[in-house]
Amino acid sequence: MNAPIGLTGTLPGDARSRVRSADRIGDGVLYGLCMLASLLAVVTLGAIAYKVIDGASASISQFGLGFLTHSAWRPNFGIFGAGTFLYGTAVTSFAALLLAVPLGISIGLYLSMMASRRVRGVIGPLVEMLAAIPSVILGFWGILVFGPFLQAHLEPFLHRTLGFLPIFGAPSSTGSGLFNASLILTIMVVPIIASLSRDLFLAVPQELQEGATALGATRWEVLRGVVLPSAASGVAAAAFLGLGRALGEAIAVTQVIGAGDFIHVSLFQTGDTLASRIADQYQGAATPQLVASLFYLGLILMVIGLIANIAAQWIARRFDVGRVAAR
Amino acid sequence: MTDPDDPDVTPREASDPSDAALQATAELDSLSLLAEDLLDPSGPLTPSGHLRRRQMVSRLAEAAQTTAAVLAVAVLGILVYSVASRGASVLSIGFLTKDPPVLSGVAGGGIAPAIVGTALIMAVATAIAMPMGILAALFLTEFAGRWTARAIRLALDLLNGLPTIVVGLFVFGLLVVGHHQSGFAGSVALAIIMLPLIARATQEVLTLVPAGLREAADALGVCHWRTVLGVVLPTARGGILTATVLAVARAAGETAPLIFVCSIFSNTTSLNLFGQALPNIPVYIFNASEAAERYGFARAWGAAFVLLAFILLASLGGRALGRRATLSR
Amino acid sequence: MRPPDPSEMPATGASNVRPRVRIQTPALAHEAAQAAANARPTDALRGSPRGEQDSALTVGREAIFDVQDLSVSYGSSQAISGVTLQIHRNLITAIIGPSGCGKTTFIRSLNRMNDSVPGFTIDGKILYHGHDIYDRGVDRVEVRRRIGMVFQRPNPFPKSIYDNVAWAPRNLKMKSGLDERVERALRGAALWDEVKDRLKDSALGLSGGQQQRLCIARAIAIQPDVLLLDEPASALDPIATAAIEELMQTLKNRYTIVIVTHNMQQAARVADRTAFFNLDASDGRRTGVLVEYGDTDVMFTRPADTRTSDYVTGRFG
Repeated sequence: MNAPIGLTGTLPGDARSRVRSADRIGDGVLYGLCMLASLLAVVTLGAIAYKVIDGASASISQFGLGFLTHSAWRPNFGIFGAGTFLYGTAVTSFAALLLAVPLGISIGLYLSMMASRRVRGVIGPLVEMLAAIPSVILGFWGILVFGPFLQAHLEPFLHRTLGFLPIFGAPSSTGSGLFNASLILTIMVVPIIASLSRDLFLAVPQELQEGATALGATRWEVLRGVVLPSAASGVAAAAFLGLGRALGEAIAVTQVIGAGDFIHVSLFQTGDTLASRIADQYQGAATPQLVASLFYLGLILMVIGLIANIAAQWIARRFDVGRVAAR
Repeated sequence: MTDPDDPDVTPREASDPSDAALQATAELDSLSLLAEDLLDPSGPLTPSGHLRRRQMVSRLAEAAQTTAAVLAVAVLGILVYSVASRGASVLSIGFLTKDPPVLSGVAGGGIAPAIVGTALIMAVATAIAMPMGILAALFLTEFAGRWTARAIRLALDLLNGLPTIVVGLFVFGLLVVGHHQSGFAGSVALAIIMLPLIARATQEVLTLVPAGLREAADALGVCHWRTVLGVVLPTARGGILTATVLAVARAAGETAPLIFVCSIFSNTTSLNLFGQALPNIPVYIFNASEAAERYGFARAWGAAFVLLAFILLASLGGRALGRRATLSR
Repeated sequence: MRPPDPSEMPATGASNVRPRVRIQTPALAHEAAQAAANARPTDALRGSPRGEQDSALTVGREAIFDVQDLSVSYGSSQAISGVTLQIHRNLITAIIGPSGCGKTTFIRSLNRMNDSVPGFTIDGKILYHGHDIYDRGVDRVEVRRRIGMVFQRPNPFPKSIYDNVAWAPRNLKMKSGLDERVERALRGAALWDEVKDRLKDSALGLSGGQQQRLCIARAIAIQPDVLLLDEPASALDPIATAAIEELMQTLKNRYTIVIVTHNMQQAARVADRTAFFNLDASDGRRTGVLVEYGDTDVMFTRPADTRTSDYVTGRFG
């Protein structure tokens, strides 16, 4: 790639043109490589979509859109429907967001508004480290440590105190179920929302907060009246990114949700999400029909995952969420 | 016109815009007629019952925020403690260097094949994703127009947001169907996950390269590719390294993309990247957790300890590296 | 900006604002001579504030603030030290001085806006209606509710014009007659006619001068006792500045106003009393001190301290 600089001594004019042409080639090669790499990202995205649709096509043609509402999944009888898993996905993701959004915003407020610079420098990375824990370890802990704790303490307590709500039915027998999965997802989503919202709150102009403080507002009134509204769209985007993460998490959920085949109202019962059912059946994926149906589940998952991410991008089009999300 | 409160006031001239001023004064006076405003400015500055309630709400909110932060740190602490305390009991040199027992239900053995496999798969994934990511980032910052850059950034962000199990399905359909599982398929799947992470983070660092450096190089008549290789990339070296280390930390624990493409393996150390599925730590833990067998659990805790230690150290190290790179600028 | 010659001061007031410099009285001349004779005017002001007693402006007027030997530090650096002065009811008191002399630190100490600055420590007393505002048991929210503040750069909230003004009353549960209250506050800030047809529009669409008047409306909507203005016109054009200055003359009938300004003509135009702060580097450490404090006309025509006359005549700073 190096230009033949050594030649310039003998034939100046000719060599200069040769250097220039070498440079032109160098520029062209660099441009080409960079464009190819970028194109590869776009092509990969397209190829993923194509392969998933292609893999699902047999199942799509056999079951059509009825697949979405049909809730039975019996591979041995050739009966496939995503209803149970759509329900499980919706319930666990919704419950996780319900807990993670206020928790994440609270942590973001704590880190940006309350903690001293030094405390922020310690707690902030710790919260981000929570996001770095692999889901398979989180799930493993969820089965062996967290599940038994839930089954012995938290589930009976919730059943006793809030048992009139059908979602808090009889405690589970193992600790595995929708409830455990929702909490594990919460642990995964909280750091995403916390670190994004911390950055958003830190960007709220100091002048606005001082203006509100000088009007005789308490600290909470300043946060609620000025800081939160200023960052609202960004926080909403963070919530959608968190939703995308919760929807798509396969491994940890598979480990703790109990692989149930039926729709239960009680959170303490087993279930399955789209992602966890795919992960669940990887070794038994013997028949082409089952494989195609798993791809169909993957297709649904991809579509709603993309919707959540595009929604995040769209809500936050004034700033670059992807930048933070890619950390 | 003379203000009774002010004995020293100068009489206003006729040309004064006093009508409006007078009206405004009247407005201000009538404002005080609202009953709730009967504020005694000389009263004590201690909170009244009303303010005390508002302050209590504020303090409750702050307590809730602190509690949330403490909760998050506590969960991290409990997780790390659970893994460390259980993993430490099986950890030994042998655990890192031996194969797992052939039969299940047996204590002892190690996870050497999984460690070697994960290292190999990650090395190949990094070798694919790092150059691609850097080149894509260079395209975004050096070449692409506004709209092209936006489209590519969107593609990268969507790729990053894609459920990782979908990536697993894709590579399964691309490389495994009709062939067989392989370590290489696992590397490809992980590379797809790493690519947007490296590209986006590198792009961030590249935009921080001072424009002055670039302009200085351009002013010397240095052609573009020399500027990029000689000035831009070396300046951003630290940031790019950080981005890569963090992406490795993230991908090393990924399980979902591997279970379709690199999960059916024998428990012997192998370097055969293309011929067969390579044992790896995440799938090893996953299989053990599904198998529900006592000694398998023990080994899985040990494996989790090894994996977690690697990931946390890598992500701490990456961050420290990033901080130093930012400080030196 | 070249500071005007002191003898021209009465004439330099902007034509649309009432000139604030008064005809000199024998009593004032006497006081000026006395003060001039004093080697360190700050010492004369400390303890028994003689300058204030003899001023016709402050006779019989309640001192809202009684600042006693105030020193403020941020960490190890001292921002102001040994400031003693009184601020009187329904007067406009200007704080002038070169940049870095602690003017803003001083005014922000009056309603405890410095509390959140890392390393902030205070020595001495600030009595407000006789209460030390830094006393234990004092609620700073209550302090700020009574002592409102308008900042250098207009900082309207990213809300509607209406909500900007209604925000603080809502917090304070002053909810009855809110519409009326908003209208009166806007009229009080001479902004009503310009915005009455677009109260629901974002406040960020207003011009800089309008935004600053909105901030004043926002502050007076809760009927404070004192208004602190920290260089309220420094980011504004001359016409908007004149509007704010004119507004201050109206507001002083109801409020006690303290204004920080680096613009000496502005102080001469609007203020009844002026305090001159300066950087004192005599003992090796640079810190802000109060050099001289008195009626504005005296400060600009016959200052007692050479540092003041140097500053107001433009020989320094």
